[in-house]
Amino acid sequence: MTDELDHLKSALRATPAPDASTKAAHLELAQKSFAALQENTSDTRQTNKRRTSGAGLIEGVGKMLNMLTARTALATTSGLVAVGLAVVVVLPQMDGPEPMRFGTPVSVTEPPIIVEELSSPLLENTAPAPEITADMRLASPPAAKAERQGISVTGAPELGIIAGANAPTTFHTDMDVQFADAPPNTESFANEPASPLKVVADYPVSTFSIDVDTASYAVVRQSLMAGHLPPAQAVRIEEMVNYFPYTYPAPDGEAPFQPTVTVTGTPWNADTQLVHIALQGALPEIDTRPPLNLVFLIDTSGSMNQPNKLPLLKQSFRLMLAELRPADQVSIVTYAGSAGQVLAPTRAEDRATIMAALDNLAAGGSTAGQAGLQQAYAVAEDMADEGDVTRVILATDGDFNVGIHDPEALKTFIADKRDTGTYLSVLGFGRGNLDDATMQALAQNGNGQAAYIDTLGEARKVLVDQLTGALFPIANDVKVQVEFNPATVAEYRLIGYETRALRREDFNNDKVDAGEIGAGHAVTAIYEVTPAGSPAALNDPLRYRAQEAESGPADELGFLRLRYKAPGDDTSQLIETPIPLQTAAKSEAQFATAIAGFGQLLRGSVYTGDWSYSDAIALANAAKGDDPFGYRAEAITLMRLADSLSR
Amino acid sequence: MRMSTSDEALALAAAQGDGGAFSTLLSRHYDRVFAFAFRLTGHRAEAEDLTQDICAALPAKLRSFQGTARFTTWLYRVTVNAAHDRRRRAATHARAAEGWGDWEVARQAEIADQSAANDWLAQAMQALPTDLRDTVALVLGEDLTQAQAAEVLGISEGTIAWRMSQVKKHLRALHQKEEQA
Repeated sequence: MTDELDHLKSALRATPAPDASTKAAHLELAQKSFAALQENTSDTRQTNKRRTSGAGLIEGVGKMLNMLTARTALATTSGLVAVGLAVVVVLPQMDGPEPMRFGTPVSVTEPPIIVEELSSPLLENTAPAPEITADMRLASPPAAKAERQGISVTGAPELGIIAGANAPTTFHTDMDVQFADAPPNTESFANEPASPLKVVADYPVSTFSIDVDTASYAVVRQSLMAGHLPPAQAVRIEEMVNYFPYTYPAPDGEAPFQPTVTVTGTPWNADTQLVHIALQGALPEIDTRPPLNLVFLIDTSGSMNQPNKLPLLKQSFRLMLAELRPADQVSIVTYAGSAGQVLAPTRAEDRATIMAALDNLAAGGSTAGQAGLQQAYAVAEDMADEGDVTRVILATDGDFNVGIHDPEALKTFIADKRDTGTYLSVLGFGRGNLDDATMQALAQNGNGQAAYIDTLGEARKVLVDQLTGALFPIANDVKVQVEFNPATVAEYRLIGYETRALRREDFNNDKVDAGEIGAGHAVTAIYEVTPAGSPAALNDPLRYRAQEAESGPADELGFLRLRYKAPGDDTSQLIETPIPLQTAAKSEAQFATAIAGFGQLLRGSVYTGDWSYSDAIALANAAKGDDPFGYRAEAITLMRLADSLSR
Repeated sequence: MRMSTSDEALALAAAQGDGGAFSTLLSRHYDRVFAFAFRLTGHRAEAEDLTQDICAALPAKLRSFQGTARFTTWLYRVTVNAAHDRRRRAATHARAAEGWGDWEVARQAEIADQSAANDWLAQAMQALPTDLRDTVALVLGEDLTQAQAAEVLGISEGTIAWRMSQVKKHLRALHQKEEQA
């Protein structure tokens, strides 16, 4: 080595010792950072308990040895001690799931390394630290503890550093493997603030898209059954109302659905009225339906490996399989975990093959799901024949790592495929990671339904009882527009549909996507309107605006316009009907009202006054009607639960 | 007795949430990190800041420690990368400072001059590009073999050897300058 290098080397080796107080502050910062990290990771905390007991054992042995051996003796016997200790420590680890993770066994096989480690501080004169730490460790544990307490006092005033501990500086390490902390609950719900009260004189027109999803009701039910009120964000009132089948008048002419308007008094406000708009989809001849092509796109990420996820999914699909015709075709593609097509398109009559493929599905594995969605659509396109109905059914617990990462690109992809005739439905399973917002967005863009499946009963409802409706669209892009008559209505508000609001001009724009009605679907929307001159009006007339006599027919509350496209059509058709001042109350509308009221109570609405859960229960009971499937009885049970839980 | 547990075992236990293991591990290596940080930066305040960055981020970093490399090798790499990040941030900062006008640049230069104390080490290290400085800090400062340094930096051993020859050239040039002065 040349002189220059030697010179540089000796200069470099002469580094100053760290400042004691700075070091203390840094060590404390690291401890805080460490503690903060443990708090953020519940599963690590569980592990921590186990480790801490191990650490306690080590410390205990250390204490014992400190009592038994002098400092000099310890150094000479350390190799032997290490072996003995390793055996003691390893034994409790035998029961643990990962006995190799704790590195102590290394000491068993290579005790010389430990001796070397121990002695290295004495040989390495350039780094003074190990000597100090060795001293600390050789000191009796209570003394070391006292020293640590002293450190925390001196470090405490360094508030800036402490704050920094919560947001540790990040820097890259090539050796690093990306480690994503898994927060305990990553559910997200799509919702908007409740639609505000609108003054008819200012905003006479209300426009929205219909919604046939039911996911929100199932999430609400699951929460209540689990003994807690659902988060207000999870409650979408229109999805709760539309969860139930209603016996609205069915269409008898050409139109795919029949609107029915009911105007009744408001149960929670004597001075307002409810305008109840119901659309009943036609139920085409089931026997003559076109063949179905279904591609199941199934999430097999590790998190799906819970009884209420993949196993429930398998059972659900078994139920559904029984409903399919021999000519229908089924294919299965998986993503996240084991990826790829696991069942080539198979006719439904070959039940044994399909069942076997379903049974072989397993969650877990580490293969990254690649292009699962694209593959599912490619399979679907191969299966499609002229006149067939083709649909991709995505089943997941919230892992939407389907191959396209950008949410906007994902939406565009699905919307493009929708335009080519392949639709997408989303089935959510399990709670905890449910990405309700993404589910909604995907199903909306895919002309499909988003349903949440928490029980086999719900699977039966979605996949068996309503199979035809869920899978056969009869009207696309159904938009509702109501123009209120300022002569008879002062104020109005739409209950629910917050996430489905459309701009007024979008109603006539056929490029703007909206909801679909499936065969036999019933869709309900409810407005609460304040008649002109009612004491319930919340907005006073304006002082500085000329009060003109509102001109409008005195016998109409407003005018209802509906637009829809027949499946495959690009141009919409219009249905128009006036809304009368009052109609006879019907029990179907009353039940929908009870559910809408229930939903508002769960959301903490400001408009329901002192109307209570027990009022909702009474109303729902009175309007329960036929209820062949028991859905309404279940809803009343949920109201009772919510009533108890809210006290 | 924690002192007889290997670094790697402690690191894996700490990654699993063992606070005692983490504390032992850090107190065992703090001075090494600080000394290395000083060798990388040549500046006490910089070295302290760098060490602080590492202390704050180490718990999270540790979770990616696989136990495949020696802990010290891994820690050197974490430190080198943290130093790179600090340099990058400092560069961004300097660029932002340019916007304030020439007087600020001049002031920064003055501060830089003062901090680069007029001793031979500082001059020598200043004369080296950052990649050579990292290499020198590892090979000469930490007394790593060229193979070990190569592992830390994630480059080939040949590159280390070539870099060390470059260092020699730089130092010789510096020496000649001193002779002439």
